[in-house]
Amino acid sequence: MSSDQTPPAVEDVSTQEARMGDGVDDRFNSTLREAFGSTPFILTKFDKFMNWVRGSSMFMLQFGIACCSIEMIHTYAIKHDLDRFGAGVPRASPRQADVIIVPGTIVSKFAPRMKRVYDQMPEPKFVVSMGSCTISGGPFQEGYNVVKGAEEVIPVDIHVPGCPPRPEALVYGVAKLQERIANGESSPVTVKPYELEQFGDLEQDELVDKLADEIDEDDLVMRYNWDNSP
Amino acid sequence: MSLEKPTPDTAAEVGVTEDGLDYDALADLLGGHVLDREEHVNAEGFVIRPDEVQAVLSTLKNEAGFDHCACVTAQEYDDRYESIYHLRKFDDPTQELSVIVPSPKDDPHNESAARVYSTADWHEREAYDLVGINYDDHPDLRRILLPETWQGHPLSQDFNQDQPQIVTLRENANPLEADHRSEDDSDTMFVNIGPHHPATHGVLHVKTVLDGEQIADLEPDIGYLHRCEEQMCQQGTYRHQIMPYPDRWDYVSAGILNEWAYARAAEDLADIEVPEYAQVIRTMSAELCRIAAHMLALGTFALDVFGDFTAIFQYAFRDREVVQNILEDLTGQRLMFNYLRLGGVAWDLPEPREEFFEKTRDFLDDLPHKLEEYHDLITGNEIFQMRCVDTGVLSPEEAKQYGATGPVARGSGVDYDLRRDDPYGYYDELDWNVVTEEGGDNFSRVLVRMREVEESARIIEQCIDLLEQWPEDEREIQANVPRTLRPDPDTEIYRAVEGAKGELGIYIRSDGTDKPARFKIRSPCFSNLQTLPEMSQGEYVPDMVASLGSLDIVLGEVDR
Repeated sequence: MSSDQTPPAVEDVSTQEARMGDGVDDRFNSTLREAFGSTPFILTKFDKFMNWVRGSSMFMLQFGIACCSIEMIHTYAIKHDLDRFGAGVPRASPRQADVIIVPGTIVSKFAPRMKRVYDQMPEPKFVVSMGSCTISGGPFQEGYNVVKGAEEVIPVDIHVPGCPPRPEALVYGVAKLQERIANGESSPVTVKPYELEQFGDLEQDELVDKLADEIDEDDLVMRYNWDNSP
Repeated sequence: MSLEKPTPDTAAEVGVTEDGLDYDALADLLGGHVLDREEHVNAEGFVIRPDEVQAVLSTLKNEAGFDHCACVTAQEYDDRYESIYHLRKFDDPTQELSVIVPSPKDDPHNESAARVYSTADWHEREAYDLVGINYDDHPDLRRILLPETWQGHPLSQDFNQDQPQIVTLRENANPLEADHRSEDDSDTMFVNIGPHHPATHGVLHVKTVLDGEQIADLEPDIGYLHRCEEQMCQQGTYRHQIMPYPDRWDYVSAGILNEWAYARAAEDLADIEVPEYAQVIRTMSAELCRIAAHMLALGTFALDVFGDFTAIFQYAFRDREVVQNILEDLTGQRLMFNYLRLGGVAWDLPEPREEFFEKTRDFLDDLPHKLEEYHDLITGNEIFQMRCVDTGVLSPEEAKQYGATGPVARGSGVDYDLRRDDPYGYYDELDWNVVTEEGGDNFSRVLVRMREVEESARIIEQCIDLLEQWPEDEREIQANVPRTLRPDPDTEIYRAVEGAKGELGIYIRSDGTDKPARFKIRSPCFSNLQTLPEMSQGEYVPDMVASLGSLDIVLGEVDR
């Protein structure tokens, strides 16, 4: 049994060598480990370490809206392979994701749903908006039903322009986001014109009066002021 | 010849003659119902009274053989509202007839056609939603694309686009809450699938009522991607401003097929002749798009059935990349090609041409081997077969009734392909077959798509041979088209092409200006999606997801 074994001659072995196990432990011996020298410890600020971790392992939300989602799938798939950058495992549930790529036109009926999905993601969360539609409404900006950009509804960290952006552009956008996260930069807090509210909390005007029979006081609603939107 | 279709027995149908339709005979059949006759570019239009719609349409359907209600167009004139029912025959879509139903401006009402053609159900709901015509005797007249609480009808003349709107979030209430169990029968349960759900191919919301694990009732709720495509096209000028939008209807790389739908309608409207060389390039690029679109359908279907980003999905995208590279060489874009122009194409094949031909040939040479691989992985896979054979069955009668077209109809044995039946482009000069399968289940629809890829490859190969031998001084890529197109006022046309998903039709009415007065898109996915309740009634939820995948809808085209 182990009690029979004599302890190793400690004085012959450096700390580093002692840390370098053999056999199964060998897999832990990386060049990084060697670079640390005699001590396997690094000294850093906890926040900085957490930011580095966050940026290096991002779980994207599997969230397809319109045309851009096709290019987004191509970015995840073979050839472009976003996973190379530590960001390629799409999660089906918002509760497991920390990055949402918004790939497409947001229309009046969908904006409250997108807001809800975003709200369901745990903090800290990041948003990459993909394509012209999420910047300004893009080619559909003049449409009666189109929300003029994702930033009207949720805060956005990185905008990737294009109609649609090439997969390379999206990879660049994600890499930029990782860089920002690693540097500890947080997204700008924007004042958003369209928020989810309870219907009863809305200002009583002509439209609210008109809809009062149809909508419950507690129902969540989003109110669009189209003439004020950019 | 392979392109010939078994001649249907049309002897019993009224008005069919050797060289097309005899509209006088049809008018006689309807007798006093016909108030007036109009001449559209594609067909004659019969004007009828708004309260005789069902009588007229059922006569036309039962006695004159118009079994396909392709589209319902609604529009507002200065003095009246108008609904147009575009009727065709599945056996011969060149036999067309428009039934025009005017209704008064102050109280637009007309009888619904939903009891005659099931497909008219959704089409009329859309007309009510966007234009504001009320259809009497409609089974369920509600808004379909816009939120229920929307104010006004956006394509009517007095709509104020800047007015505030309120949209509710009611539909997404937690399905597990007790009050969402239906009250009268406690064994059923209401479940929302979507609008954000990995299996809905975008933003579709399916309201399902389950009995145990089986679907008792199901209702697709669409409109989460309604981005006003028709309004956008009505605001653009014919020559250049409309063409970028078709790419964004069916956005799974089927761009050129969609562009062709607009190009065909506008060219026939303005009487533009397309040079033969440009037609060959169009045919080739459109079929490349079809391959890309069917590859995506295959990959996402495997994703739906197997539930993960596994081999088949990745293989399909690997092959799509190859097609997209070829198309990028040709058009300069990976996805939104904007390559066709009225009267031809934007530019000639890329130089050096040999390299382009070689690249395309390499792709075609590799294709049989790759398809073999897919067949090993998918259609030969027992688990896949268990999931797909005999699930989501759609009978040919139902398919016709709902106006299903494309691979969905052909998977149910409906032999209907506009490339052959209503020839355009260069298709009638080439040797290829229309693929049909008899099963009508999920498996048949997938099989049709895979076999269509082979046929598309045949077409591309013949086009490449043609293009290679084309004399250098006859490579005319564009006809002479006036800088500003102003088709004659009050010309109306409905023209369709075979898109990746089926009959993609465009209705244009011109008013003498350089922009269309009404631009209506008949989207194949919109009609195909209507068959979903039919094919998944009584099935399990996962089979419904498989049916949805095999329908291959693209929400951009469903909602427009």
